[in-house]
Amino acid sequence: MARLSIAEALRQTLREEMNRDERVFCIGEDIAIPGGWGGAFTVTLGLEEDFKDRMINTPISEAGFTGVALGAALMGLRPVADVQYGDFLLCAMDQMVNQVAKMRYMSGGKIKVPFVMRAPTGATGRGTQHAQNLESMFLQAPGFKIACPATAYDAVGLLRAAIRDDNPVLLFEHKLLYGSKGARAETGAMDASSEIPEEDYVVPLGKGIVRREGSDITVIAPLLMMHRALEAAEILADEGVSVEVIDPRSLVPFDWELVETSVRKTGRLVVAQEGPLRGGLCGDIAAEMGERCFDALKAPVLRVASPDIPAPFAPAMEAFYRPDAARIVDAVRKTVKD
Amino acid sequence: MTPGKEEYMPSKYEPTFLLDLYRKMVLIRQFEDRVKFLFLEGIMPGTIHQYQGQEAIAAGVCAALNTDDIITSTHRPHGHALAKGLSAESLLHELFGKPSGCCCGKGGSMHVGDLEKGMLPAIAIVGGGVPIATGCALAFKMRGEKRVAVSFSGDGAVNEGAFHEGVNMGAIWDLPVIYVIENNLYSASTPIADTVKLEKVSDRAAGYGIPGVTVDGNDVVAMYEAARGAVERARNGEGPTLIEAVTYRITGHSRRDPCNYQPKEQRREARKREPIRRFARYLVEKGLVTEAELDMFREEIDAEIERAVESAQAAPDPAPEFALEGLWA
Repeated sequence: MARLSIAEALRQTLREEMNRDERVFCIGEDIAIPGGWGGAFTVTLGLEEDFKDRMINTPISEAGFTGVALGAALMGLRPVADVQYGDFLLCAMDQMVNQVAKMRYMSGGKIKVPFVMRAPTGATGRGTQHAQNLESMFLQAPGFKIACPATAYDAVGLLRAAIRDDNPVLLFEHKLLYGSKGARAETGAMDASSEIPEEDYVVPLGKGIVRREGSDITVIAPLLMMHRALEAAEILADEGVSVEVIDPRSLVPFDWELVETSVRKTGRLVVAQEGPLRGGLCGDIAAEMGERCFDALKAPVLRVASPDIPAPFAPAMEAFYRPDAARIVDAVRKTVKD
Repeated sequence: MTPGKEEYMPSKYEPTFLLDLYRKMVLIRQFEDRVKFLFLEGIMPGTIHQYQGQEAIAAGVCAALNTDDIITSTHRPHGHALAKGLSAESLLHELFGKPSGCCCGKGGSMHVGDLEKGMLPAIAIVGGGVPIATGCALAFKMRGEKRVAVSFSGDGAVNEGAFHEGVNMGAIWDLPVIYVIENNLYSASTPIADTVKLEKVSDRAAGYGIPGVTVDGNDVVAMYEAARGAVERARNGEGPTLIEAVTYRITGHSRRDPCNYQPKEQRREARKREPIRRFARYLVEKGLVTEAELDMFREEIDAEIERAVESAQAAPDPAPEFALEGLWA
């Protein structure tokens, strides 16, 4: 048992998975340069020393290496690709959405695509092209499973599950949760480290978790928002409002049963996400819950999300863009008042 | 290029090998002609992009490959599929949207493929297959296998970013991959002179530090030889080759395209270079086959295709809800 940050936990898991299965390899930009950074957030730091032939360091070619990883997956290898910033997935959208996600389906379900893509997400003081949360956009790309680890424990379990899955899995990792150190440390980072058990556990894709039990209202929040929701729950507890916080952990498949059970218990729901409100995860969850348990809802479902603008740069504006505990608290207060 | 010129270097090859190349080209032609008829009659659903005129490329290149070598194809994939060993029957079932098709009716004309025959589902985004074939080759190299990957693309693909990124990675890692560019002189309706500054598309290869050759894509033996050389290089660990196969599409880009953008004189000249009759004349002149035997081949192939059409039309349609299956393993 050791306490690890998400970056360390992912690194250890990649090492273990490459030791466990010789088909597993990593591919991406700046991931395997001696004296380099181990990717943009230190996740692959030093792995090239032990896995010289399985750390494929590529040119700056997101579409290219995504397609290369897909080709290798179709031939039976198990690539773990990563982009330095989630926004760069947009350079690879044809390969991601038309090729990786659709390949098995258009083969008539005959071929397997054991493909993992890791993508750092979230607005972190870099301006709008290194900031976007693409989680919601990929909900519209059937074929991908999508995982969002908010703790180091889940980062290990979800990455293991992703690598061992025979389908494309997209892992969104929040830059403020990595706990990257040294030159790659993040301003405003928060501690998402966990005690990592020795045993070989997985966190199944599609399984959410109740992070805090409560009886008055359910708050669903992935990634950084999960931590903000826990802060909000503390504040609200002082006001006598008992908040149940659910971390979905996977967006696809989604643990609808867990959420429905909670909403049927509390009768109220707030959904929080980082990234533009329009067409987003929040609305999708709100609509599904409206269809499933309208009879159990005592108040309208409220959504907490970023405004429909690109992420701004100035720290004050970025803080305004990214939902925080105070906004979740406000939404909960409005909901429980009804 | 004069038809029947001494250009096929005959003595090197067994007559059966040459006749197999001929039969493969005829199979593709007759298949495509039959599909066009079915489509224009409104019997077949969907849309079609056809391969008439380009048969020598698929037939020649695939003759240099083993079953476990992998090809990627394009929105114009029927010729590649037949050349790589998929049956007319499995293709026709797919084109009719039947669960018995090679992609269970979920792919259709533009996505035919069969991994067991060494063909990925065809990739109908121009240039999209280039990095994927490169990735197949990366897997072969990482595992120390002697297999090769071939990416078939049209001339339109060379202006896509995916082409650049994919070829570059094949080059820097010396991967066993062959990039075949079928230059039929048109990206859909736009002529090559409007899209590429170079005289020869193969000159692009120099920009990646790999060999590039331009081959008469209407000469099936020349295509076979170019491919065989590139395959040998690839299997020996010497890296990729770019092969530009100059050809001509003697049918529309898709559907009912009347090709009004192709000058009449150019079409007439292209007809003279048409690969199948040209090869037939050669085979007859060399005494390897008689006209009567060629007629017999065509009849046999026609009968095979007709049986496949009947079988495809008779096959059961999918239940609509079958659409929900097959997303995940």
